[in-house]
Amino acid sequence: MDFQFDLFINAVIAGLLLGGFYAAVTVGVSISFGMLDIVNIAHPAFIILGSYIAYFFSANFGVDPIIVSIIALPVFYALGYAIYELYYQSFERRGQESLRGLAFFFGLLFVIEVSLILVFGVDYRYVDAIYIGPTLHLGNFDFPLRMLVPCVTSLIVFGGLQLFVTRTFTGRAIMAVSQDQLALQLMAANPIRIKRIAFGISIATAALAGALLVIIQPVEPSVGREYIGRVFAICVLGGLGSMPGSLVAAMLLGVMESITSTFYGPSWAPAVSFGFLLLTLAFRPAGLFGR
Amino acid sequence: MSALLHVNNISKRFGGFVALDQIELEVHEGERLGLIGPNGSGKSTLVNCICGTLQNEEGQVYFDGAPMNGLAAHQRTHRGVARSFQLPRPFHSLNLVDNIRVPMLYTVHKRTGPLHADTVDARCIELLRLVGLDHKARQMPRDLTQVEMRKLELARAVAAEPKLLIADESMAGLSHSEIDDILSLLMRLNERGITIILIEHIMSAVMKFSQRLAVLVSGKKVADGKPDDVVRNPEVVRAYLGQ
Amino acid sequence: MSTLKFTLICAFVGAGVWFGGHLFGIGYLFFAGYTILQFIVLSSAWNILGGYCGYVNFGSAAFFALGAYTTVFFYKFYPLPIPVLIVLGAVVSGIVGLGMGYLTLRLRGAFFAIATLAMAVVLQTLVVNWDYVGGSRGAYIVRTESVPVFGFALEYIEYLFLLMMVLAIVSLVASRSIARSQLGFGFATIRDDELAAEASGVPTLRLKLIATTISGALMGMAGAPFPYYIGYLQPASAFGLEYGVNSIAMPIIGGTTSWVGPLIGAILLGSLQQLATVTIPSAVNLLIVGLLLVTFVVIAPNGIVGLVQERLRAWRAK
Repeated sequence: MDFQFDLFINAVIAGLLLGGFYAAVTVGVSISFGMLDIVNIAHPAFIILGSYIAYFFSANFGVDPIIVSIIALPVFYALGYAIYELYYQSFERRGQESLRGLAFFFGLLFVIEVSLILVFGVDYRYVDAIYIGPTLHLGNFDFPLRMLVPCVTSLIVFGGLQLFVTRTFTGRAIMAVSQDQLALQLMAANPIRIKRIAFGISIATAALAGALLVIIQPVEPSVGREYIGRVFAICVLGGLGSMPGSLVAAMLLGVMESITSTFYGPSWAPAVSFGFLLLTLAFRPAGLFGR
Repeated sequence: MSALLHVNNISKRFGGFVALDQIELEVHEGERLGLIGPNGSGKSTLVNCICGTLQNEEGQVYFDGAPMNGLAAHQRTHRGVARSFQLPRPFHSLNLVDNIRVPMLYTVHKRTGPLHADTVDARCIELLRLVGLDHKARQMPRDLTQVEMRKLELARAVAAEPKLLIADESMAGLSHSEIDDILSLLMRLNERGITIILIEHIMSAVMKFSQRLAVLVSGKKVADGKPDDVVRNPEVVRAYLGQ
Repeated sequence: MSTLKFTLICAFVGAGVWFGGHLFGIGYLFFAGYTILQFIVLSSAWNILGGYCGYVNFGSAAFFALGAYTTVFFYKFYPLPIPVLIVLGAVVSGIVGLGMGYLTLRLRGAFFAIATLAMAVVLQTLVVNWDYVGGSRGAYIVRTESVPVFGFALEYIEYLFLLMMVLAIVSLVASRSIARSQLGFGFATIRDDELAAEASGVPTLRLKLIATTISGALMGMAGAPFPYYIGYLQPASAFGLEYGVNSIAMPIIGGTTSWVGPLIGAILLGSLQQLATVTIPSAVNLLIVGLLLVTFVVIAPNGIVGLVQERLRAWRAK
């Protein structure tokens, strides 16, 4: 049974690498949903948008996709900033964010996805980079670089954001706004401005996550919808607002998906994350580490 | 005399934060109890646990002799506990009469059986008259002033024909005359036989109104007795002056 | 106007439309009209949970597809008459709605919405992997040339149109009756302020479960005849994008606060899309729906009904 064991270990490794990547995908929603209480189900669409931007500049100008996304960061940040402003003026201020806010983001998800279909078509797109292809072999175990690089990058980003949120004033203000808006106002910080910054950061992470995504797998516009379940499953499982929690949850989900995919076939993979989400919501909505 | 409400050693935690620590409290029928404490001391959490919006982790809440742990908020309202919210929460898409109609249809009907539509209407208008809002009966909550919203909030709670009414900071931000307005309303309700727990920061109102005073500090009850005695209690003084 | 009168008027209008198409032999009316009627059912159904209670359901396609696949499932045993299949579809979707509601309605509206999305994907994955109902290859449904109804031989599409017309009338009557009943009153309190509703004695969980069950059942009913309409059912078409987005866009654009909104939204958007299908690619079609949804949600939150009401109020105030 050596063969099975190796297969299993490799599935777990692939799952952990995938999980690391999922952490980058989720951190944006951790911020918008976990801390700002905004159900931005369009977040995966922004990620796919990031993927296509990375693909476009990488395919046409030969720039490394991760570099492209870093350049795109400020654009996405501004986009997030503007979208929050619209969201706040139209819904949050009037207390109608539940129905209308959700419908708004749903519409946005749609518009982005269909626009991408119109511009790029439904063919799968992929990028080329020096680390796509080679695999690191350690003994019997494989570490494909096209998964290792995104995983490492995403952990760096994740770590950076965690530091930002715990060590800087703005970061701590973002944590505070999720818990007590009034207290924040008494601290003479404008909660709306803080939320704008936070949402901007959230969307900016999508740019990076998108580049990492297109490195790991070929993308086409509807791929975003698979990620909705994953992203919210990880957020809820990890406990809303807990970034370390979502990292653990991301790893867990990555491993579960990888094992399911390896032993039962990839067509069951979407059911894993969405099924997990349903179970968590039904039985332990506070997540593993919830407040 | 057995208590109408008996909060028996209840505790409530939020993650690592202890909001209520073994609270023991009794309220007798017809009594006017004042509940005070600094911000964050757990007053709202206590109200939420009594009313069922939150469930306490330890201990038991007894109402009219029967345990209430596990009961949903609407079931507790059916049993006779009603509350007004700190920040008024009217039903925005319904006019005032309809706002009052909700507890009447869903709580009173449950107890007494369905009433004729005209009877319900008449009772709703009467309640609005009691709080002085009958002239705005067909208007919408957004057309009300601050103090009128507070009155609507109280009227809606009273519409459930409760035995116990918990008024949660109904007077914050109001002027002197408006405070007196609400206070006299609460007195009239008490005269009708409704037991009242008044949660307030405005000491003058609390002292005028309460027959008994309980003080919460950091989730613990530190005093419980006659108002004049309680305000002289050194721990209470420290809690408020130390703020 | 009493419910009976309303039902009769609807039946009269519906019968008129049907006879008009039948007499003048306008086949296209039946094909295109079927989709619009379907959307009337879906939007009205969505609105009972979404507009009345304030709980957004992103998984309408799943309930619709459940109805469709229930039909396929029974078809493989023995082809039952469609009215029976409609009832079965309603039962299956209603039960799933109840179950899902029970699991998630104790949580906030946002979690419920996400759960509905999750459920849609899980169901789609299950169906894709279930060979008995065709899996990803799809399933063929054979229709007869004509159907005998009350002694008359109807063309198949006319028969389907008739059935869907009945369903549309049922859903309109249902949503109108609910809106004017105590149940609807309770729904409104849940939408306005669930916490205050609970505190006032409204059994919110029970009412929400009723809403989810009715909503799910109606959507399942809409889906049951679909395999017969389309002839060849694939998961991609049953769980398709258009159902999800349209069942949200139509009530919101029409107006969520009354039963009329979904009707207006379905007729308007449905007709627009039918016209557009022949002129522009379907992707652009859906893009326009998405843009309209976002625009209306931001600018006209109460939809067309809301705009008309505002106009009337302003005109009356003069």
